[in-house]
Amino acid sequence: MAPDKVALRLEVEDFHTDYCAALDEGRYEAWPGFFTEDCLYLIVPRDNFDRGLPLALMRCESRGMLQDRVASLRETLFYLPRTLRHMVSGIRATVQADGSIAAEANYLILQTGHDRKAELFNYGRYIDRFVREDGALRLKERTCVFDSVTVPSSLVVPL
Amino acid sequence: MTQAAPWAKNDVTTVPFWIFTDPEIYRREQELIFQGPFWSYVGLEAEVPNPGDFIRTEIGDKPVIVVRDETGEINVLVNRCAHRGVALCYHDHGNAKELVCPYHQWTYDLRGKLLGVPFRRGYQGQGGMTEDFSPADHGLQKLKVARRGGTIFASFDHAVEDFETYLGPTTLRYFDRVFTGRPLAVLGHSRQRIPSNWKLMVENIKDPYHGSLLHVFLVSFGLYRLDQKSKVEMDDTGRHATLSSTRGEQVANDATQQMRSFKPGFKLADTRLLDGVKEFSGDETVAVQTLFPNLIIQQQTNTLAMRQIVTRGPNAFDLVWTFFGYADDSEEMRRRRLRQANWMGPSGFVSVDDSEVLTISQDGIAAYPDSSALYKMGGSHIRDEQHMVTEGAVRGFYRYYRQVMGL
Repeated sequence: MAPDKVALRLEVEDFHTDYCAALDEGRYEAWPGFFTEDCLYLIVPRDNFDRGLPLALMRCESRGMLQDRVASLRETLFYLPRTLRHMVSGIRATVQADGSIAAEANYLILQTGHDRKAELFNYGRYIDRFVREDGALRLKERTCVFDSVTVPSSLVVPL
Repeated sequence: MTQAAPWAKNDVTTVPFWIFTDPEIYRREQELIFQGPFWSYVGLEAEVPNPGDFIRTEIGDKPVIVVRDETGEINVLVNRCAHRGVALCYHDHGNAKELVCPYHQWTYDLRGKLLGVPFRRGYQGQGGMTEDFSPADHGLQKLKVARRGGTIFASFDHAVEDFETYLGPTTLRYFDRVFTGRPLAVLGHSRQRIPSNWKLMVENIKDPYHGSLLHVFLVSFGLYRLDQKSKVEMDDTGRHATLSSTRGEQVANDATQQMRSFKPGFKLADTRLLDGVKEFSGDETVAVQTLFPNLIIQQQTNTLAMRQIVTRGPNAFDLVWTFFGYADDSEEMRRRRLRQANWMGPSGFVSVDDSEVLTISQDGIAAYPDSSALYKMGGSHIRDEQHMVTEGAVRGFYRYYRQVMGL
């Protein structure tokens, strides 16, 4: 395999590792920084996605809206304590004609709830469009399409 | 029943916790309420626009199929083959010319009539169904159907009163405010399984008192707050309720002083999230209805949703959200509705507060079945009010619930 293709995949993998670590460790303020200012972030159940229905559980149409989600986690929402752990695998990434990077990956999120019950909380795939800003990858678009259509209780922390 | 604490006759200011956990109570609710003479929500016509279109859903915990036949009529059929009970519709949605059970290929038309039984007459003179077998007696059980303004309701009990009488004039007036007959467009579904008894969801939406305290988002942005012009209105029986209000400003006053949740300084980085326009008749900017037994209709600014309750035993229910707009919405309005959908659903800026509180409500209730809940805010009477400091609509619900359940 071409070395540049492997290098790209490793770069995307490093991105996922940093992104997931920020969420799993509760460093939510770092999360909007993984996106471009004019980003689009969506969490869509797979049945809606497959049927072309536009509804998203979270729809953030700018980095500001991502920051508003973080602010809600810190200041406005009532939610029970939980521990989340992301697993990412099956990364595919290709450079597009416009220089952006189209990528997909599978994700699995395990949750330990307030009642100490452990469960498979959410799983599906990331459908991503990356661009480079100041040499670093940033998400211009991320759609989290989740196969686990019924959400256990509430989906509070972004995927 | 295992309950130890008696429920004083006619008392609706206290409700014993065992009604939220007892398996026998749950069984009776399925029989007397979800299969009783009441209209349960099953879907929108926009989900089955063409002949042959079907969806599957549940009333209480009973699977049913909603299907539009060749004549354009909508039929609601029990999802249970008359032969061995197979739930023969196993796709969430689709289009079919007939309903075929995969097990022995018993085939039904879209009205539930049994059309064919393979090898009914046997093969080469051997086997076959008994002489007394009549296909006419073995159709899919059919429910009574009501349609209004693009919505579909069904009842297991064909003696149910007509839908308009069932709602009563006040509830119907608010219902028609959203469902004017203008064709609807489905924006999508979301589903969550909440580990709490279904009645706690119903009473949450009949309780305006919590809205100003629990929901920082609503309170801070004046979307629903105790000091605003508001109403609680019921039908004559108390089984349905409408909570409505008129949007205000993010200003502090003598009421917000009692709301620890009011954050006058809280600002959004992207205020498009709050961009709402006046759309419906009257002053109200929000009207949320609870229709007995399984539906919450949400109109908050421009976000519209049906929240269908599907029971999953005494200790859990699924909340199935169908967000919708109108087929002739401008692109701008459609985007506004999709943005405002952030307020509601399993990740809603507002509704997460409720699903999380309901979880720990059940934790506390299930552990102490001999205790009871108190509903004395706003007095002990049941009547319409022009304020939010009341649990009157919750009392109305439990008065009616006791009648239906014989409790």
